[in-house]
Formats: sequence, C-alpha cells, structure tokens
Amino acid sequence: MTRKLNDLILRSLTWLCALLTFSILIFLIGYILINGIPYLKPSLFALEYNTTNVSLLPALITTVMTVALSLIIAVPFGVFSAIYLVEYARRGNRFVKLVRMMAETLSGIPSIVYGLFGSLFFVFWLGWGLSLLAGSFTLSIMILPLIMRTTEEALKAVPDSYREGAFGLGAGRLRTVFRIILPAAAPGILAGVILAIGRIVGETAALIYTAGTVAQIPENPLASGRTLAIHMYALSSEGLYTGQAYATAVVLLVVVIGINALSAYAAKKIVKG
Amino acid sequence: MKGFAKYKEQILRAVFALSALAAILAVGLICVFLFAGGIPGMVKIGVFQFLFGKEWSPSDIPSAFGILPMIVGSLYVTAGAVLVGVPIGIFTAVFMAKVCPKRLYKLLKPAIDLLAGIPSVVYGFFGIAILVPLVRSLFGGNGSSILTASLLLGIMILPTVIGITESALRAVPGELYEGAVALGASHERAVFGVVLPAAKSGVMAAVVLGIGRAIGETMAVKMVAGNQALLRLPSEFLKGVRTLTANVVIEMGYAEGLHREALIATGVVLFVFILIINLLFSALNRRTAK
Repeated sequence: MTRKLNDLILRSLTWLCALLTFSILIFLIGYILINGIPYLKPSLFALEYNTTNVSLLPALITTVMTVALSLIIAVPFGVFSAIYLVEYARRGNRFVKLVRMMAETLSGIPSIVYGLFGSLFFVFWLGWGLSLLAGSFTLSIMILPLIMRTTEEALKAVPDSYREGAFGLGAGRLRTVFRIILPAAAPGILAGVILAIGRIVGETAALIYTAGTVAQIPENPLASGRTLAIHMYALSSEGLYTGQAYATAVVLLVVVIGINALSAYAAKKIVKG
Repeated sequence: MKGFAKYKEQILRAVFALSALAAILAVGLICVFLFAGGIPGMVKIGVFQFLFGKEWSPSDIPSAFGILPMIVGSLYVTAGAVLVGVPIGIFTAVFMAKVCPKRLYKLLKPAIDLLAGIPSVVYGFFGIAILVPLVRSLFGGNGSSILTASLLLGIMILPTVIGITESALRAVPGELYEGAVALGASHERAVFGVVLPAAKSGVMAAVVLGIGRAIGETMAVKMVAGNQALLRLPSEFLKGVRTLTANVVIEMGYAEGLHREALIATGVVLFVFILIINLLFSALNRRTAK
C-alpha cells in the first residue's frame, strides 16, 4: 500500500514539475507579448534614435552588424580547428586533448569575464576604445567553442565510407574535406552557427564595456553602438520607457524563437542526410 | 601557381593546425590579462583583506575593498538556484526521457531549447515585472532580495539541468529498466530506483554545470538582487545582496585606479571559481564516459 502511495507521489511530482517548467515558459512569453505588442508602433522603427521615439531600429541594425563581424572572425577559426581535430590529427593526440580542454574552459567562462577581458585587452591595451570591433572580437572568442563543438560533431557524423570512397577514387585529403565532407556536414555546421547567432543577439554583460551603449548606428567599426539586448537593458534600467522596453523584448523574443526554429530545421537536415 | 598546387595540402594543413591554436591562445590571453590586471591590486589591498574583508566602500576615505559580502552573496544565490532549479529540473528530465509521449516530446523539446535561448535581460526584465512584486507582496520587504534572485536563477538553470540529466537518463542501457520491471518493480520504482541512480554522475554533471551558469549570471541577477554590498546571514534571505558578477558590472563603468584594479580582481576570483567548477564538470564527464 505504501509502495503504491510512493509511486503516486513520484508520478505526480514528475508531472507537476514538467507542468511547472512549461507553464513558466508559456507565462513568460505570453506576459511579454501581451505587454509589448501594444507598444510596437512605427515610431519605434525610426532610423534615428531620440528620446521621444526611443527607436529600436539603430539597435537592431547594430545587432546585425555585430553578428556579421563576430561570425566573420569566429567561423573560419572554429570550422578550421574542428577540421584539424577530426580530419587531420591522430586520435588521442596530446595537442588535440589540450585544444578540447581549452575549448571546454572557454565555454564555461561567464560573459561578464569575457566583457572584463575584452575591456582590458581590446578596448584599452589595443586602444580600440568602446567600439563595434572590440565588442565583436570579444563575442567571437565567446562563440568559438560553440562553433568548434558543433562543427566537430557534424564532421564526425559524416560516415567514414564517404572518406574511403573519396580516397579510393584518388582524391587527396584536402579535396575530400572540401568537396565531400564539408558539404555533407554543412547543415550541422549551420545549426551551430545559428545557435551562435542566438548567443550574440542575447548577450549583454560581455558587450556593455566593450561595444558600449551609444544608441546610434555606428558609422565605422571603431565607433560604439548598442545591440538590441543592451538597448533593452538601458531602457529598463532608465525606468522611463517601460512600454518600449517590453516592445524591445518582443522583438528580441521573436528573433530568438526564429533563430531556434532555423537551427532545429538545419539540424533535422543532417539526420535525414 | 603550380608550386602552390603542389604545397596546397601542406599549407592548408598548417592553416588548420594554426586555427586550432586559437582556443589555446584565447584562454592564455584571458588568463594573462585578467591576472596581470587583478593580482597587483589584490596585493596592494592585501590578499587576506581583499578576500575576507567585510567592507566594500570604494568611495570612502580611507577606502575599503573587501569582497567577502559578494563572495557570500554569489554563494547564497547559487545555492538558492540549485535548491529551486535542480529538483524541478530532474523531475522534468525524468518526464522528458521516461514519461512523455513521443508526439508531445516533439513539442516540448524545442520549448526547453527556447528556455535556454531566452536572453538574460529578458529574464531580468521578467524578474522585475513579476517576481519582485510577487516576493514583495508574499513576504514583505522591497522584493529585490536573495530569494528573488534565487527563484530567477533557478528558472534560468532549468534548461541546463534538464538537458544534461535527460541525456544521462537516455544513456542508461534499457536492460536496466526492463530488468527492474521484469522483477516486478513499477514504472516509477524502476525509473527512480534503478535508472536515475545509474545516471548519477550525469546528474551530478548537470548540477555542476547549473552551478556554473548560476554563479556566472550577471544581468538578470543584477536586475533583481538589490545589490547592497553588505554581508548577509542566511536568515536575511528577504534582503538584498550583491554578487561578484554584479559588483563588476555595476562599478566598472566609472572605477579608476585601485578601485578599478579591485574590480578586475573580483573578476579574477570569479574566474577561479569557474575554473574549479569546470574541472569538476570534466572529471564527472570522464566518469560518465567510462
């Protein structure tokens, strides 16, 4: 009898906790949508930011610029090092172990520590000042381990028969990598890149002391600019534009949901391929 | 051009190998710059004074730079987050791996990913709008407190705990479950008595990674924790507290001289905490792999 009771308690707890987790998510999204959508007015998308329109468009454009710059820096390094680890290095090689360990370390470092480092190194030591460039370099280090890991997994998922086939037909290692393996692994790599975009879009702590908080579109890479997440943080801490902060949160959420869906779609492609 | 074609293989091999150095270089640079920026200040203040000093008053004359309140503050909210997030996370992971029908799973899995993808400012904003007033009306005080930060962080570490626990549960061989059921155990007893203990080191890894997330979280915590740099007792969980991360993000914008060095040193302490947690995590992972 007590055993049956025990089972019942465990079963109810399992359902209850699952229910709680998903209700929190639904509540959070619902709450922000309900409070934010009424404030999504055309003036919020004016090209110039000022204190009457509190436009988020400059921040949105800055976000796109930051994403592009960070990816340009991080993707080649991430993909190339994954290629080295999977296709070139011998398994169990000491260098490989060290690289993996460092990548793991990087992925555990909190964003504020990246921000601190970016401020010390890029902003002051290299003298770039608070700038798009300093912010993007900081973020590119932050997303490097993510791109490395997802690319590695995508490369490992390519069956060995592809490699054997290519070698058997006389292709060199390089040709095999670029013509056979990379195309087959592309959806998986893409899924990782999209996840990295998600992290950049949501980032605040690593950017506030590297890219700064200027509310205009940066005119060159050495000018400061705020991304959407920083914009929202600034609005909510000023406390004057709560409605606009909600609206910004809606835009952020829509972007994040879109990115997640895209990444899942890309990941599904590998399973099929 | 012919020369290049001949050496292309070697050149690109070198390019790939050099790229692989990037991660090592990055960790090296981060260590060098953080330690070079933080250690001198720590020495000037006195390492003991800095780590165990109970007073943080950078603008007083003479100023005091003790970060014990922040170390304790980080530990409180992290412990709180574990208390809130881990049980809910583990039960949800059991639900995902062992209870949930397949069709529902296709809907819920992306939901967990979404929970992980929501930016921390949005969580912080949600905390200000919902949790702070909720705690204020239920327990009194002004609402920005250790409890509020713990609740919010508990929610934020859910996807981490759920994700890793779920894959640990799935990695347990099916025979264990089937064997338990064949011996007459009920579904619950088989899952909680056999499968979950078999996944123990994976679950531990999930908890450790969750701790890492919680201790490193900055913006969301700063928005709801109250941020008073005061040494609190555990019984003062309805009062505000400042974490290591919040200390850096709040004052870095205007700090100069020794104050600035003390903030970088705060970052160093946080970094060392994270390194220890990382080591623990990889040790646990190695055990799971075996």
